[in-house]
This record gives sequence, C-alpha cells and structure tokens, in this order.
Amino acid sequence: MGSISKIHELLTTKQISCTELTKSYLNEIEKSNGELNAYVNVTGEQALATAEKVDKKIAGGEEIGMLEGVPMTLKDNISTKGVETTCCSKILTGYKPIYNASVWDTLNNQNAVMLGKTNMDEFAMGSSCETSYFGGAANPFNINHVAGGSSGGGASAVGANLAAFALGSDTGGSIRQPASFCGIVGLKPTYGAVSRYGLIAYASSLDQIGPITKSVEDASLVFDAISKYDDKDSTSKGYSGNTYSTLNNDIKGMKIGIAREYLEGIRDDVKESILKAAEIYKSLGAEIVYFDLPALKFALPVYYIIACAEASSNLGRYDGIRFGYKTEHYNGTHDMICRTRSEGFGEEVKRRILLGTYVLSAGYYDAYYKKAQNLRGTIVKAFNDAFEKVDVILAPTVPMTAFEKGHAVTDPIETYLTDICTVPVNIAGLPGVSVPCGFNAKGMPIGMQLIGKSFGEAQILNAAYKYQQAANENFKDTDWGVKL
Amino acid sequence: MKYELVAGFETHIELATKTKIFCGCTTEFGGEPNTHCCPVCIGLPGTLPKLNREVVRYAIRAGLAVHGKIADVAKMDRKNYCYPDLAKAYQISQLYAPLIIGGYVELSNGRKIRLHHIHIEEDAGKLIHQHGDTYVDYNRGGVPLIEIVSEPDIRSIDEAKEYVEKLQQVMRYIGISDCKMQEGSMRCDVNISVRPEGSEKFGTRTEIKNMNSITNIAKAMEYEYERQTDLIESGGKVIQETLRYDDATGTTSSMRSKEDAHDYRYFRDPDLVTINVDPQEVEEIKANLPELPADKCRRYIDELLIPEKDAQLLTKYRKISEYFDEACEGVKSAKTVSNFIIGQIFRRTETEADKEIFDVAVSPAQLNELVKLLDSGKIRNNLAKSTLEKMLDSGKGAMEFISESDMGGLDENAMTELCKQAVESNPKAVADYKGGKEKAIKSLVGFVMKNSRGKADAAAAEEKIKEIIG
Repeated sequence: MGSISKIHELLTTKQISCTELTKSYLNEIEKSNGELNAYVNVTGEQALATAEKVDKKIAGGEEIGMLEGVPMTLKDNISTKGVETTCCSKILTGYKPIYNASVWDTLNNQNAVMLGKTNMDEFAMGSSCETSYFGGAANPFNINHVAGGSSGGGASAVGANLAAFALGSDTGGSIRQPASFCGIVGLKPTYGAVSRYGLIAYASSLDQIGPITKSVEDASLVFDAISKYDDKDSTSKGYSGNTYSTLNNDIKGMKIGIAREYLEGIRDDVKESILKAAEIYKSLGAEIVYFDLPALKFALPVYYIIACAEASSNLGRYDGIRFGYKTEHYNGTHDMICRTRSEGFGEEVKRRILLGTYVLSAGYYDAYYKKAQNLRGTIVKAFNDAFEKVDVILAPTVPMTAFEKGHAVTDPIETYLTDICTVPVNIAGLPGVSVPCGFNAKGMPIGMQLIGKSFGEAQILNAAYKYQQAANENFKDTDWGVKL
Repeated sequence: MKYELVAGFETHIELATKTKIFCGCTTEFGGEPNTHCCPVCIGLPGTLPKLNREVVRYAIRAGLAVHGKIADVAKMDRKNYCYPDLAKAYQISQLYAPLIIGGYVELSNGRKIRLHHIHIEEDAGKLIHQHGDTYVDYNRGGVPLIEIVSEPDIRSIDEAKEYVEKLQQVMRYIGISDCKMQEGSMRCDVNISVRPEGSEKFGTRTEIKNMNSITNIAKAMEYEYERQTDLIESGGKVIQETLRYDDATGTTSSMRSKEDAHDYRYFRDPDLVTINVDPQEVEEIKANLPELPADKCRRYIDELLIPEKDAQLLTKYRKISEYFDEACEGVKSAKTVSNFIIGQIFRRTETEADKEIFDVAVSPAQLNELVKLLDSGKIRNNLAKSTLEKMLDSGKGAMEFISESDMGGLDENAMTELCKQAVESNPKAVADYKGGKEKAIKSLVGFVMKNSRGKADAAAAEEKIKEIIG
C-alpha cells in the first residue's frame, strides 16, 4: 500500500489524528533537516491549521478526499501566497507571492497539508541541488552524497519520510534524476498535462510540474489530482481520464522498447539493472523490442541551447524593482539593475543566462537557436516513429548513481552529461517516470525510466506499477523520518 | 541638385479593448499609478500571459480596413530588452509570423502607400521622475497595441501628414482606437532618408522616435530633410542612427547609433500557443465593418453629388458622416443637408476635437425635418437658415419657431406688391443698380425678405425686382 492510501486509512479509521500526524512530521523535520537540508522553509503553523480543519471534518463524520490531510511539500519554485518562494536564489530572498500556483490552489482546496518548501538548485538549474543559495540537500541513503537535482529537496524529503509526497518540477530531468538518486518514484508528466501557472519559469517550453513519491500508486494519485486543464496557462491541456484505475492492468503483450543509444556510455551497474528489469518485464508477459534512436545524440546540445535561451529571457525580470533582493548601494537605475543581478544570481544561473543570450544574439540565432528548434522537431518525430513500434520505452534515468557532494561543482560538463537520458523526454514533451530498479555496490539506488507517448501516463504508470509489484525489493525504505 | 525625400512609418496604435492583451486588467487611460495592474501585467514570477482574443479581432478589423491579408496562423514572439518600465524585460510582440501581411493606404493624389505588415503587441509602463527619484507606473503595461509598418513609399511631407491623418481617420471609423496622439494612443516612428531626384537607390536612413503630433512629424521631417541634404551637399555622409525630436528647439538629436542598436534577441514566446484564424471569423468581421471613409467619400461625390471638398469634410470624422447620413434620410437634395452642416453647424463645432465628438444640439432627425419643410416648399431658404440657428441655440425642433403663417411661402400678388414697395422706398439702391452696381439689388431683395419675414423666395424676388426696374 502506498503512503497516501496508508495515511488515508489511518485518518479515516481514526488511528491517528491529522494534527498528530502533522506534528510527527514536523518533529522529524526538526530532527533531521539539519543533516539533510531538504527543507528551506518549514510552514508548521499553516500545516497545523490545515490539519485542524481536516480533523474537524473527520470528527464531524464528513468524508475526506484521498489527498486530504496528507503531509506534503512543494519545491521552492512553486508560488505559494504569503509564503516565501525563492527558487533557492539570493535574488528572490524575501519574496512572498501574492497569488498561488494553480497546482497549489488545487491541492490546498483539497486540504493537503503543506509542511514547507523544499530545496532545489538555484532556479532549477543544476543536477545536484548544490547550486542552491541555501546549500545542497543530502541523499537519505548516504548523506555524503547528493540528493540530485534540481528537485533535490523534495526527493530528499520523500526519501527520508519527511513528507508523504512532494511536488517538483522537471525541465531536463529535475524530478526523475533526484528520484532515481534517492531510490524513489518521480513522474514528469506530458507537457501540458499539469498547469505551469505559478511555477517560476526556468525554460517555459520544457518545464513541467510532477509528483515525487515513495510508490507508483502515490505518483498516480497525485498526478490524477493535479493534471487538470487550467485556463490561466495557454499551454495547458489537462489529462482526460485517470491513471489510478488502470495501474494493475495486465501488461501481457505490452511492447517495451529499449533504444540502444540509451545504453551507450552508462555505468555497467546501471546497465545491468536495466537489463534485469527487462527480464522481469519479459516474465510478466511483455515483449522487449530493441530499436535505434539516433536522434538522441542531438538531445543534449538541443536541450542546453533551448533551455538557456528561454532562461535568459525568463530571468530578465529580476531587476530589484518590484520584488526580491535589491542591491544596497548604486548609482542610478542601470547600475542598480546590474548590481542587483550580479550579486543576486549564482554562478550557474549566470552561466546559463550568458549562454542563452549568446545563442539568441543577432548573427548566432540561426546557427544555434533556430538549428536547435529544427532538431527538436527531428527528436519529436523520432519518438513518434518509435511509438509506432513500441508502447513504452525503457531506459536508464541517469547513467550513474548519486555522486558525492562537491563533485558537480568542480566539473560542470560532466554534470551536464548526467542529464543525457532525461532531457530527450522534455524536448519531445513526453511523460517519463523514474522507478527504483536496484542498488550499486555501495548501496546507492539505481533508477530506470519508463517513457510514454504523449498523454500516455496511464500506460507508463501501469508498467511501473507492475514492475514495483514484481521487484518490490528495489523500493527500499530508509531509516529516516516518520514510520507509518 | 534636387533631393527627394523617402520616408516610411512605424505607427503604434493603442487598441480600445476593455481589458489588456494578456490579463483581465482595465485599459482605461490614467488612474492612480499601479492600480490597473495584476500579477500578470507586472510580470510576477510564475505568471503566464493569456491572449485576449478581442485584441486579435480588433487587429483583424484594422487589417481589413487597410486592405491587408489576414494570416491563417500567427505567432507571438518575445522582444527582449531591459528597461524598468518593461516588467518582464521582454515585450510580447510579433516578428516571425505577424497577424496581418501587406495592405495599403491610398492618398488623395492616388498614390498607394504600401504596408509591410501589422502586428499585435503589448505596451510598456511609464517612468515618472519626481523629487529626484524615478518611479514606475505599470498601468499602461499590457495595454494592447497594433504596430503598422509601412514600406518606404512616402515621398513628401504632405504625403506623410496625409498618411498619418488617413490612418487616424480609418482606425477611428472602425472604432478600434481613439488615436489621440497627445495622449499617446497613437505614436509614430519615422524612418527618413534622402536621395538625388531620379535615383533608384535609397539613401542611408535615420529613425525619429516617438512622434506625438502631426505638426511635429512635419517639423521634424522638414528639419531632418534639410539636415541630410546639407550633409550630403557638403560632402558628408548620413549615419544610420535613432534620433529624438526636440519640440522646443525644432531639431533632432542622436539617441543611439547603429552600433549601439539594441539586439532584441527575438524568439517565439513559449508561453503562448499559435493563433489560428478561422476564415469564417474574418468574413464575419468584414461583414460588420462600417462603410470606410474612402468609400463613403466616393459615394457622397458620385451618388449624392456633393462637391469633393465638402465630401471630405463630411467624412473626416465618423460621427459627422453618420449625422449626415441620418439627416439625409428621404430628402430631395443631400447637398442642402451638407450646406447646413458645413455652413452653419460647423460654426458651432470649431475645433477638430469638437468636430470629432460632434455633439450638436440639433439631432439629425430635427435637421431632417427642417430640410423636408424646405424641400416641400413650405418654407424658404432664409427662414430655414434662421430657424436652424434658433434650433442650434435651443435644441428645440423646427416647428417651435415656424408658425402656420410662415408656411406656404408668399403668393404671387403679395410678392409683386412687396417688390414694388422695395423699389419705391429705395431709390438710391435702384439708381446704383442702374448705374452698374450689380450688388445693389441685394439690398432690395433684403427688403422683400425682411418684410415677408423670410417667406419670400429670394431668387424669385430678385427676378421680380429686375423685371420692375426694367
């Protein structure tokens, strides 16, 4: 049983009150966050107020929803009215949004209990959570290792049982990669399935909010709750139907594809786990189909060009005039903006703003941005063609396991390479779910990715759930946090 | 050597939609600073634009009114530049796939000024410098604009003035904007160059930014034409640069050179989806367009036999032409209505602003009633004229001032009698007339008009008097 269902049962059978449950989460956060640095802001008072509301409903005999009273957390780039939302950047310190992100409106209306905001790479730019202005989040399996990024805080919190689920955002792997590093489940939905309204943009054409959970059924429940059409987001489509009811469908005859390119240049232990997963699928009656996806080689440069280009524009608004950090000493407006940005942004953010500005500049636009857009089309088409032959694609989530702290900062190029398996999904706007599929010799989790066709969440979650049932030993709990 | 002026215009027009282009805030002019704002139009992190479809419809109206082609598919782009009044540090505009392509504005000399395209975009806020500090007011941020980009087809300052006037006129007619240059709801950037007469090659152009009156456009262009020709004549070269015009000194000065020109790093806005235009929607908009001023003017001349100059006056503002159309309903001669409007009513609406509003005490129906009395011969022209003055003073209908006895005109005998009296009691005028002063007859006619209390027909009286004098 997933954490959400378990909590729902505990609450409705009155084995524990929502207030007690929330308090125990808050206590565990208090105890462990010093080491894990998963949370950058704990909103205990607000959490307890919601819990009280839920308890009153239960006491009054009212029915409660599946997510009602469930302690959870939001990545610090999801806007929360009146609660500081910083993207873990100095430039947004002190910024309290005056409106809620649509996903939080949805969950808040269902009385989900927000425990706080979780750590992330600054503006979601990074793969280790270490570009955070507040320092990186630690991996619950080994605190000398990173939690991954950019949604490292959410993955660390869920992995350490400091929240039942987290919402993260995924631009190039930022949900799936930390989920993989922390041995849990992370779903990056189809572009347009979940509203982006209120998600502080990194790269608008790639960003997507999704759940980070302990189990596939939790991911499914949360996805079903947040995948609604939103009039405030023009790119929103919403998800028709639900994924939960088909989780346990038989996968006999399902065609699971493995693109050979995905297995190139990955660590042996990771490759082994993926191939082992393929064997399990075979035993469940699925058909494994090997195929080529040569367009994948373009994915990384295409991703970095498009993401940085959009970021350079999206981050132009941080000028110290209306919100967030503003430099203390300056001489005139121009100087104020320059100083505010120089002081407020971290190195990785500056690097990507510069890259993005460069690729959009007159004389370079055609050579970089336009070419990248064309290749994006090529990649989309390659995936479409692949899905003519297969139902779901199986791939590693990351070519390696969680690296030690400090590694990413010293070698940015290698860090960029960790995204190689995750970025194609964002470029093509497809859904992808990362599921734990083993451990390396040092006991660090390995993750596999199931990629679906556009709006094929039901299929990949179905495949993931069947795998979870068959290989439950890979879904290992840690010693941290609240034991349900 | 004689030099020819070459100019092209980029004209920004604020659309009169109720709400902004990407959010639900009001577009109303003025208001306390930052009171017409929301998270979207002040660019708070995480907010997303949502295109106001009404803006697309307004722009399509504009496009149709200038004979442009409406694109089936249009896209929004980001124009990136950093300025405190631009909340997001980019303006959402169109570069790669604008909504309207081509079109033209026809001038009175028959020349067609071709349009390159028309695109939709958002306006920026405003900086307020006060007490040694700079403040930002975002009320105007996100107000919808169209930018009409012409080809370099303008060849004189008169053409430039007429081009702007024509645009202003047609956009007001179709009701998409009030086009008030002084309030900034219409602004022009002028691209100007000169070349030796007869030359095919364009000279180097300069761009004069943000012109806010037609008078200034003319003055700035005149100055710039002189400056460029003088420069070339004296062996110098025109530098491509952006200029500002200083109204006080009547000169232009450099804002930035080509080297310092902004690199706007345009790219498709990923937050907004493709704008699809249904041809049926375009047809509906077309069907609902009012008669355009050029067509109206042609119709007045050709069908109502109004002199061209008068037809232009009547069509300059939509309100006047609508007033005229209504007052003409069922009358014998539209020319009579036109004469009343231009001859008398215009004296009550002296300024252009008054003419544009055309708030007249006499309703078109009341004028129509008066003209019909005249048509039927029940009253004479002079009585009609003086009655109209009284109507304009009071706002009352014609019948308030015309008694039964006024109507029906003068019978033949009474007329002859009055004319005789006129001749007898004005020997000097008679003598003058006989002596060759043609005009002297007017005072005799005046006598008849006065003593008939305007009932007499002036032309008939003149004839009769001439007959009596012999």
